[in-house]
Formats: sequence, C-alpha cells, structure tokens
Amino acid sequence: MIPILGLAIGVVLGLLLDPSVPLWLQPYLPIAVVAALDAVFGGIRARFDRIFDAKVFVVSFVSNVVVAGLIVFLGDQLGVGAQLSTAVVVVLGIRIFGNAAAIRRHLFRA
Amino acid sequence: MSTEHPEQDGTPDDVPADAPAAAPDAAAPAPDVPEAPGDRPGTEDRVAEDRVAEDRVAEDRVAEDRVAEDRVAEDRVAEDRAAADGAPPAPRRRRRDPLAAVLIGVLTLLLGFAFAVQVRSTDTDSQYAGAREEDLVRILDDLTAQQDRLRQEIADQRTALDQLGSSDSDSAAALQEARERAEALSILNGSVAAQGEGMTMTIRDPATGVTSSVLLNAIQELRGAGAETMQVDQVRIGVSSAVTGTPGNLAIDGQPLQAPYVFVVIGSSQDMATAMSIPGGVVSTVGGRGGSVDIVQSDRVVVDALRPLDVPQYAHPDSGD
Repeated sequence: MIPILGLAIGVVLGLLLDPSVPLWLQPYLPIAVVAALDAVFGGIRARFDRIFDAKVFVVSFVSNVVVAGLIVFLGDQLGVGAQLSTAVVVVLGIRIFGNAAAIRRHLFRA
Repeated sequence: MSTEHPEQDGTPDDVPADAPAAAPDAAAPAPDVPEAPGDRPGTEDRVAEDRVAEDRVAEDRVAEDRVAEDRVAEDRVAEDRAAADGAPPAPRRRRRDPLAAVLIGVLTLLLGFAFAVQVRSTDTDSQYAGAREEDLVRILDDLTAQQDRLRQEIADQRTALDQLGSSDSDSAAALQEARERAEALSILNGSVAAQGEGMTMTIRDPATGVTSSVLLNAIQELRGAGAETMQVDQVRIGVSSAVTGTPGNLAIDGQPLQAPYVFVVIGSSQDMATAMSIPGGVVSTVGGRGGSVDIVQSDRVVVDALRPLDVPQYAHPDSGD
C-alpha cells in the first residue's frame, strides 16, 4: 500500500511542480528511473514469492540506482556514455521483463 | 583455526530442515572435527563441500528467479534465507519496522517524482529525438547553410557600415576628384569656355582653294601637336565635329564658315606653330592653294564658343568596376 501511495503522490507532485531537470542530471535521470523500476518490479515479484524484505528492497533500490548512474557516468568519462546507457537500459529492460513474467505467472497462473 | 570450527559447525546446524540434501552431508563432518583436529585439509574440504551443497540448495530455491531482490538476497547468509522461507509470511511482514516503511515510501515517491519529471522533460524537448539520421543531417546542413548566409550578410553589412563611417572624409575627396574630372571633360567636349596659353591662326582664302579636307587636316594637325581645345569661327571643335561643304561654302557641324577662317587654339603654342609650319603641313598646303596663314602666339587666348552636350542615345555608363 505504501509503495503504491508513494508512487502516486510522487507522480502527482512531479506533474504539479514540473521542475526542470538540471543539466548535469539529464543523462542519469532516465537510467536511474529505469533502474528503480527494475527494483520495484523485483520487489513486487518478491512480494508474490512471499520473500519480500524491506531491507533488501531498500538496498537493492538504492544500489540499482547508484550502480546504473555510476556505469553511465563512467561511460561518459570514457566517451562511450551513449552506448553504456543503452547497455544498462537493455539489461534492466530484460530483468524487468523477467520480473514481469514471474508476476504474470503468479497473477494468472500462466 | 579453532575459532573457525564453531562457525563451520554452526553453519550446518542452521541449515533448515527443508534442505535434505545438505543435512546429511552437514551431519557427517560434525563428529570428525573434534576427532581429527590435524585433519584440517580434509575437514575443510568437507566443510567446503557443505558450503557448496548449501549454495546449491540456496540456488535451487531461486533457480528460475534471477531478480534484483534475489541477487541481493543471495549474498546474505543462509540464516536469512531459512527465516524468509521457513517462517510464515504473516510474521515476516509483521517484523517490518516503520523505518523500512518510511524508506520504501520515500523511495517510491522519489521514483514517481523522477518518472513524472522525466516524462515531462522528454515530452517537451524531444522535437528531433525521433527524427531519422538522414533528416537530422539534412536539418543540420540547412542550418549550416543558413548560418553561412547570415554570416556573409553580417560581413557585408559591416563593410557597408565601415564605408559609411569613413565616407565623411572619402566623400569630400571623391567630390573634389569628380569635379576636377568633370571640368576636364567639359573642356574636352566643349561644354564650357576655356582660357590659357595658345595661339590664333587665321587662314585667308582669297582663291577659294581651301577645301574641307584642308581644314580637317589643320584641326588634326593641331590636335596632334597637343591642342587641348579650339574653336573655328565661333564653332567649338569637339570629338564629333565634321567639316563639310565645298570651297568657299564650308561648314563645321552644319554651321557655315566665312573666310578668313580664324582658329583659336589652347595648347602649347610653340609646338603647334611648329606643327603648322612643317613642310607639307597646313601652311604650305594653304599656300599652294592660293591662301595664306597667319599665326599669332599668345600667353592667353579665350575659347568661348560652346558645344551643345550630346546625350548618348545608346551608350550608358558601365557601373561595374
């Protein structure tokens, strides 16, 4: 309940305040969002698997975001930022797909 | 090493009952440890085996599930796993502390916020994000060409500005020069009166033997000798002047002449007098036809007959430099 509430409030706040993304954050924000989405999907799935742990969720959420941002930052420093962000998005996307498939299995038994 | 044993022993003890594969293996080394402390390699091997078995059990549990949660969870000790799996879900959830709830709430709120912001910013500034590469290249080319044009325009305007800025001094000089040129041209084409060093030449023709060609020759000889401008009997001679008619009935530019024909010429009087007097020149020609020539050199003669200015019908000034 709390996560759904938090998500909804966050979306509403973002839409209402409509802040402009600072320039230094622009390459990292989408990656961070995708990484966090991955963590959230993992959490939902763990919930369905009845192994959800708040600590694990918080740690995985933060570490996912930080590692994804770090990888992109590293890529920017090495001059392959665009490619590495693509790689991160692909990997996270695959994981999200996997989690979504597990959730689907739980929900629809199929 | 001695401190290791309790750990090693303890690990199998904690292995839950739902790990039957690990349980027998774990039970075996337990008695061995106190018996053979020197058997350390063997013991360690067994312990290592136990660990491997344990890992396998743990991995079996998550074999199909490779999620972010599980990966982090994998790193945790088996104890937590056992608790997570063994304990019923209800107590597990009850154990969630308010701090975790707050953290989760904050994190999801942040996620929602970032999500909305990112969607917004992507919406606003992605005009070219979806464009294909060729389109982008074309757009870039267009912009570059436009930039070049504008830059050229800037350079032109700046040059014009510079010219205008310096035209105060330039225009005065240009005006002066143009005025001088206009005066020189006016004298040459006979539209203004002129005065200066020159001579007056009178051709008498009592025998009416002076033909138009004689007069024309005289004019050309004078020009060749450096005459700048001249008039004949109140007719100004210009570039298009024509001598016509029969002897005694001559005309220049259609205006009839009466003998004696009086030439008023501005130029180097010495040169012109010499040119008239050369053998076969004007003086001898006129003399041969029964006439005579008087030449009076002067420091100042006035040529005051004017020619109407010809307005060219077909020729126009070429403005190109």
